[in-house]
Amino acid sequence: MVPEDADQGISQKIFYFHVPIALTAYACFGWGALKALLLLWKREERYDLESYVGIHQGTIFGALTLITGSIWARASWGVWWAWDSNQLVLFLVLFLFYSAYFMLRFSVEDGPRRANFCAVYALFGVALIPVSFLAIRLASDFIHPTVFTREGPQMTGTMFATFCVAWAAMTTLAYAFYRVELAGKRLDSNLRELREALTA
Amino acid sequence: MSGGDYLAAAYAVVLVTILLYVVIIAAKLVRLERETAELAELARARRDDG
Repeated sequence: MVPEDADQGISQKIFYFHVPIALTAYACFGWGALKALLLLWKREERYDLESYVGIHQGTIFGALTLITGSIWARASWGVWWAWDSNQLVLFLVLFLFYSAYFMLRFSVEDGPRRANFCAVYALFGVALIPVSFLAIRLASDFIHPTVFTREGPQMTGTMFATFCVAWAAMTTLAYAFYRVELAGKRLDSNLRELREALTA
Repeated sequence: MSGGDYLAAAYAVVLVTILLYVVIIAAKLVRLERETAELAELARARRDDG
């Protein structure tokens, strides 16, 4: 059993899924940007859908990060949100940036032009990931706790093991969702083509 | 609200989101299955017509 945090009590256990969800969101956005780069580089159509699904997953996990983080903030700091915490604000900016990706995607007609626009937009957003991740270390405020420092994780062995298991579980879940959603969208597209061929 | 209540609320949000996602994917799978059956029926009809 993981011990309760001496300072925050039981509410600190939100850490075991809030942080893995946040790291998974970063990974999904990064994955979406990588696929966007591959699209621009190799010009293979499949990367557009893979980039889109990656960013979609990132947005879902990003929303969960903001909600669980807000609940944790209320339990620990007594407020739902702290505008003076750079980490929170930069994550919100990252989330809103990638949320706007869908507005761009659905406002341009399907085709290579849309794929290129979306790929360039996804690549711009990836610059926000390291900024958001490092903000807490570069910032002068100390509202948001820093658990992972250059000296290693600032927690006990069982806490770190639990965190690693939760992180692995969340990453596996995101990967499973990614594969299922991608397969569904490809199947949808193939069925549409098949219907057009059969009814022509 | 106590710390335990906040923890339960955070867990509930994650669980409900995952369940919602699974339900949406399940609904989509049902739709794809129906469409596949329709197309198979259409293909069979075309084959029988010659």
